[in-house]
Amino acid sequence: MSGGYIADGSEWTIEALEAYERELGHLARGYGLDTYPNQIEIITSEQMMDAYSSTGMPLGYHHWSFGKQFLATDQLYRRGYMGLAYELVINSNPCIAYLMEDNSLTMQALVIAHACYGHNSFFKGNYLFRTWTDASAIVDYLLFAKRYVSQCEERYGADRVEALLDACHALMNCGVDRYRRAKPISAAEEKRRQTEREEYLQRQVNDLWRTIPKSPAGQDEAPEEPFPKEPQENLLYFIEKNAPLLEPWEREIVRIVRKVAQYFYPQRQTKVMNEGWATFWHYTLLNALYTEGKVSDGFMLEFLQSHTGVVRQPGFREPGYNGINPYTLGFAVFSDIRRICETPTAEDRDWFPDIAGSDWLETLHEAMHNYKDESFILQYLSPKVIRDLRLFHIIDDDAEDTIEVRAIHDELGYQSVREALAAQYNLSQTEPDVQVERVNLRGDRSLTLRHRQHDRIALEREAAAEVVKHLHRLWRFDVRLESFDGSQTTGAVVCTDDKLTVDSEAA
Amino acid sequence: MALLIIDRRPNGRHKSAVNRQRFLNRYRQHIREAVADAVSARSITDIERGEEISIPRKDVSEPIFRHGASGRQSRVLPGNEEFHAGDRIERPSGGSGGGSGGASDSGEDMDSFVFEISRDEFLDALFEDLALPNLVKKRLRHTDSVKYVRGGFQRHGFPARLNVLRSLRTAHGRRIALAGKLRRQIQQLENELAEVEAEEENTGANVVAFRHQAQVRALTGELERLQRRLHHIPFLDEQDLRYSTLIEQPSPSRCAVMFCLMDVSGSMTQSIKDIAKRFFVLLYMFLRRHYEKTEVVFIRHHTQASEVDEQTFFYSRETGGTVVSSALKLMKEIIDQRYPREDWNIYGAQASDGDNWSHDSPLCEKILGEDILPCSQYFAYVEITREEGRPLWQSYLPLAGRYQERFAMKHIQEVQEIFPVFRGLFERRQD
Repeated sequence: MSGGYIADGSEWTIEALEAYERELGHLARGYGLDTYPNQIEIITSEQMMDAYSSTGMPLGYHHWSFGKQFLATDQLYRRGYMGLAYELVINSNPCIAYLMEDNSLTMQALVIAHACYGHNSFFKGNYLFRTWTDASAIVDYLLFAKRYVSQCEERYGADRVEALLDACHALMNCGVDRYRRAKPISAAEEKRRQTEREEYLQRQVNDLWRTIPKSPAGQDEAPEEPFPKEPQENLLYFIEKNAPLLEPWEREIVRIVRKVAQYFYPQRQTKVMNEGWATFWHYTLLNALYTEGKVSDGFMLEFLQSHTGVVRQPGFREPGYNGINPYTLGFAVFSDIRRICETPTAEDRDWFPDIAGSDWLETLHEAMHNYKDESFILQYLSPKVIRDLRLFHIIDDDAEDTIEVRAIHDELGYQSVREALAAQYNLSQTEPDVQVERVNLRGDRSLTLRHRQHDRIALEREAAAEVVKHLHRLWRFDVRLESFDGSQTTGAVVCTDDKLTVDSEAA
Repeated sequence: MALLIIDRRPNGRHKSAVNRQRFLNRYRQHIREAVADAVSARSITDIERGEEISIPRKDVSEPIFRHGASGRQSRVLPGNEEFHAGDRIERPSGGSGGGSGGASDSGEDMDSFVFEISRDEFLDALFEDLALPNLVKKRLRHTDSVKYVRGGFQRHGFPARLNVLRSLRTAHGRRIALAGKLRRQIQQLENELAEVEAEEENTGANVVAFRHQAQVRALTGELERLQRRLHHIPFLDEQDLRYSTLIEQPSPSRCAVMFCLMDVSGSMTQSIKDIAKRFFVLLYMFLRRHYEKTEVVFIRHHTQASEVDEQTFFYSRETGGTVVSSALKLMKEIIDQRYPREDWNIYGAQASDGDNWSHDSPLCEKILGEDILPCSQYFAYVEITREEGRPLWQSYLPLAGRYQERFAMKHIQEVQEIFPVFRGLFERRQD
């Protein structure tokens, strides 16, 4: 055993973790990784399951769905169907990384490199996180949310709060602003403004629904102005501001769910990049440690074995295939960017004239800072990665008897595969486009939503009907969901006080 | 950059307990049904353990707007080996389209949502809303539950029960007591000192000055010594500490005895005995879970009845003819000997196939109707048979009319009916 190693053995100690963190941090700064301060927390496997089931929030309000998540994880884990992740990291300042106690020392080093420098620098650098989330406020905000929800439970009954949260969760994915920049959330601000907001909001809503006749003379009223003026895609926001009968505390809870959804929105859009970035850096940093002679051969072997497991991509026919592994894809693309910069081939010069031969570190940072999965793949997925992963593009059209292979990894297919894969990560394409179309202000106060179909892909009907029911619980007047393919209607779900009707001409 | 390593292992266990409980509450109905099914499927020795509960995934799903499998779906997959652009592939049979793109939920493709509940949760679900009816009589007994009441103060105890007010008050008293003499002496010395000094001023003579100086020095020395002693009296001494105490006060509690009467005669086939035993196992578990202080008397009978222990009752194979009244007689004797009626809530549960020695049934009715039911809170008769109108059922029938509140009789034919019948007999009544 050489004295040059940072630490020996496979058991970790707090001192060893500190030593690794110090060394890795030193290297990381050399590579220009800018991070929030790290806060490493050692937890047990049970606590890891807790963290899982609250979707990675360090603390959350109580809801049965988190319990369901916990039971499911618990069951899978106990039967050995699933290993737990080695780490979990929270986009907060300081950046909290959970490390499992069962990890060996090598694994802990890997996890520190992956989470504390990879993910952490991504959270701090990527433009989506910079614009949409406020890392220093999230923990406080979640604490505020948790307290507020439990206060409401005490005051209005757990059942009512649960039903409300059920309804909000159903609309959670439709509760984000996609284009407009939201104000970062801050707990102190929230608390200060909350009461004020309650009153104000209620006044606004009342104003909208004023029923006092306007003109006593009986003259014809001006033609009704459509409301909302433009279709609204943030359903939760629309409900929070306009639902006629919600009580102030209910609006506040709708808002909490919306804020949480908004907080997670960047993560949903950068899964490939985020994991790829973190994987690239744990690989690069640990290799650098090895080059400096600070870790042993045994360490490297164990590390490489785990790393290989992480970036394994089973083929579409193999057992265990569950879509494209974001770690594999992200790691492959980032590694390939470095290769293109350092040793470009003629093909690379052709495809990437801007970056071939440029400074790899700068290019990599540029990619991390300014892209999300969709644009990242569209910009950087190279023919080599397409070949390595043997990607192919299929069109499955239910109007045809067979599935068409549109493109494979060849000269003619690269562009098509790349575009199709990028589209696969575009949330506004993978998620149905449902927007608030109009509200009948003077009549029955009914709410009409419009679903715009693409490529004849319909909503899953049972689930859609359930969501409309939830929406009715919030709106409390008739809710109508119409599906349109172009200008032609293809189906509708209508929920009134006493019944739910689903018609579909397509099926 | 400051690094913080926190060992969270010691704290925050069972953070999900609340959410887990909420989930269990929400699906209580499902769990109850699963538990009832499980009970009839398990062997008698194996009833008390946790259970795997399975709920249709549809019922626990959280709906969101999702794409269905229709339309023109575009997908990119890895691992191509043989396809070329323009190939057409047969649609794989089975599998419902596989959802849209890579957006499938992590492996949630099974039809039911499966999870485990613990032994305690299992028993809670099993015996929820059950109760012994008419449990009223109360009595003081030395083994009974005790209530803790405040019992003044004492000098020794747990730090947590330290009574601060009392302790400080005692300390205050001790300080006054110990300091009183010293303070008096100090007062006296100060007076003397003042006199001496006054005298010195008055006389002003140099002759006496020296003597005075010595006197003053002695007095101040003594004064300082006394003040030091005063200062050394501790503010709070160990002997000042007073602890609140709690004393045990026996509180009256309800005592109940359950008589389990089982027919083991030759006419009881193995399967009937099994049903009877299952019934009693449930009863026994229920009593042990909800009523710690309930006594259980096991009586088995063929032509003769005997009181046996739990082990013999459930597992012994002895058998013979049938005289049901022997068991009832024995029950009455035991009540007379050991369970005074004015103090005890008396319960009985009898299981039989309804077969009896022909002249014995009227006697059974007489003993039950005249001796046992008048002093019992509740008596349940379970007849395990496929036939209707067996002798014992016939003779018990009039009692059911006479003692509506206290007597219940039920038929069981199949193993699956045990639990519903059991629930029916011991359902918590609204009154």
